[in-house]
Amino acid sequence: MGSRASTLLREEEIEEIKKETGFSHSQITRLYSRFTSLDKGENGTLSREDFQRIPELAINPLGDRIINAFFPEGEDQVNFRGFMRTLAHFRPIEDNEKNKNPTASEPLNSRTNKLLFAFHLYDLDRDDKISRDELLQVLRMMVGVNISDEQLGSIADRTIQEADTNGDNSISFNEFIKVLEKVDVEQKMSIRFLH
Amino acid sequence: MLFVDYTDCCVRGVTEAQHNRSNITVCAFLAQLDVRKLLQGRVFSQSTDSALDEELQDVTFHTAASQQRSGDDVTSELPQLSVMEGLWCVAAGVFQVWMFVVVFLIMLPAMFGVSLGVTGVYIQVLVKILEWATIRIQRGQKEQPGVPVPLPAGIIERAAGSMEEEMGQLQSPRSLEGGHFALSDAFYFYKKGMESIVDDQVIQRFSSEELASWNLLTRTNQNFRYISLRLTVIWGLGVFVRYCILLPLRMTLAIIGLSWLVVGTTLVGCLPDSSVKDWLSELVHLTCYRICARGLSATIHYHNRENKPQKGGICVANHTTPIDMVILANDGCYAMVGQVHGGLLGVLQRSMVRSCPHVWFERSEMKDRHAVTSRLRAHVAAKTKLPILIFPEGTCINNTSVMMFKKGSFEIGGTVHPVAIKYDPRFGDAFWNSSKYNTVSYLLRTMTSWAVVVNVWYLPPMTLQQDGEDAAQFADRVKSAIARRGGLLDLAWDGGLKRAKVKDSLKEEQQRMYSSIIVGQRAVEGWSEDTEQQ
Repeated sequence: MGSRASTLLREEEIEEIKKETGFSHSQITRLYSRFTSLDKGENGTLSREDFQRIPELAINPLGDRIINAFFPEGEDQVNFRGFMRTLAHFRPIEDNEKNKNPTASEPLNSRTNKLLFAFHLYDLDRDDKISRDELLQVLRMMVGVNISDEQLGSIADRTIQEADTNGDNSISFNEFIKVLEKVDVEQKMSIRFLH
Repeated sequence: MLFVDYTDCCVRGVTEAQHNRSNITVCAFLAQLDVRKLLQGRVFSQSTDSALDEELQDVTFHTAASQQRSGDDVTSELPQLSVMEGLWCVAAGVFQVWMFVVVFLIMLPAMFGVSLGVTGVYIQVLVKILEWATIRIQRGQKEQPGVPVPLPAGIIERAAGSMEEEMGQLQSPRSLEGGHFALSDAFYFYKKGMESIVDDQVIQRFSSEELASWNLLTRTNQNFRYISLRLTVIWGLGVFVRYCILLPLRMTLAIIGLSWLVVGTTLVGCLPDSSVKDWLSELVHLTCYRICARGLSATIHYHNRENKPQKGGICVANHTTPIDMVILANDGCYAMVGQVHGGLLGVLQRSMVRSCPHVWFERSEMKDRHAVTSRLRAHVAAKTKLPILIFPEGTCINNTSVMMFKKGSFEIGGTVHPVAIKYDPRFGDAFWNSSKYNTVSYLLRTMTSWAVVVNVWYLPPMTLQQDGEDAAQFADRVKSAIARRGGLLDLAWDGGLKRAKVKDSLKEEQQRMYSSIIVGQRAVEGWSEDTEQQ
């Protein structure tokens, strides 16, 4: 028995989240503890400030983009369901073997869905293309002030050239998947949750 | 228990407090009542046992006054005065017993540094009960899978590689001179970001540690889960013992201790400066702190006492709670450092300073770092003064880790005597979460916990090395030594993150590291030199 409250989550909710995301019962209750500890205002939702209070996230160059991924269009608060839905993308794929349900839709943490999640982190305006500007934005966030504009521009151009197959000077989702064929997405976009 | 339906509810209090199988002692006013009438007609007793009624009739009544008990002679009118007299003699009796216990069993031994061993036995009994309770709960948890088990290792298992290693794995053909960017590089940051959202090292340090076992202290309904009747009874009993027996005793002791400190130091302060004065002042301080420690049922184990801080030195320790000062001062005299407060604390500070020199700063002085450092330096340089006690973390941390030591304390010079303090979490939560509890509620919580069991390790003295080590590195070295000794996690994060935001320079460092991976170290350095020249 810890000293933190974890009894405010009802059993039905836990079951629903389990079905939707694939997390186990104990993982969900543990993550709920974490959610409540981040929720300073104690109103059942997290705001952007609550995330920015995490020091390790605040020093992450792409921290703001990651925080954005939790908030659906135009909203400022995320509840526990939304929190879990976003985290579910990072579940390891091999965990799915246990609850294989052939009639269920593709799980949130499949390879394609992980890549789609990463794609949306680049593609801010959601037009299903990563344009040169969007790529430059992310690059600038990652390198800070340490690389000149020209050099960064040439890096972006080279990346688009290598990936672009239909000549529209931007990267579509299929081209994105093609470029990352050899990357071990399962390992690089998964967090090892302890049971 | 008897609930006596009588207009004077003081009777209830008296009979409840003094009911005893062999004899009941009540004061004069009860003898004037028709007690038999009461017992037969208007008593509502909890048990319907008829044997109990018979027993009550066998009860003997003694009177404090000369009036004899009369079975059926009753005067139906009670003078109000004798009710109060009765109350007073009861209260006086209780008070006498109380003071006897306090003075002879606690105060006098404290003055001479002798322990009666009561606390030791108490702790052993507590440990047995806690172990039993934990086993019961674990059994209960197996039957109810819904109860969450706190994992000591955390929710996730993190990859231990550095940024370079992880990036290298992401894209195998990366040239040594300077790699180039790949779309998958961002994955490293996404994963790290998500991991820190799920479980980070810093935020958990600012709230109480989660225990793997139950320490019979869970207070609110949210945390209390019904596992079995026996456990609930024990928990209820625990609450009663803590609030009704331990708390008043401890408050008495705390009040006595603090008032003795004020009175004693003022008296000693009247003496002229001499070695006698120093010795007396030490005695007064030690006695008072020992009484306060008894007031918390504190069991302190000191290790390596040969390394105790000497005069003219600086004592640094990890900070968990304001009680740290009491814990350390039980074994030696220190010069405290702090801000001048008003109110009760101000009275304490002013009287303490009369008998031996402490260092109290005005609020305006605290802002000027040089003034602070020079004053402390002057204190240390006078080798006859007591060692100063500083907590370089600057804020209370929850005793699972040691956070960044502020380098200001290490610029003073002199010998640094590190001390590691570790509280045993099974008996009570000593950490002061200042955003959740204010001082008064924190003291109340501490005084109603079972005990404070703490290990104090004195480490060998350390000094600034002359080979170019600066104050910040020295601070880190001392911090690591303390963390290792106390079994705490050594973190480089600043305790000030409790309230302040992270410095931008840390983010910039991450960005620099990444840039040097994709364009090569020399290119980054060349570019930053160019920008600086502009």
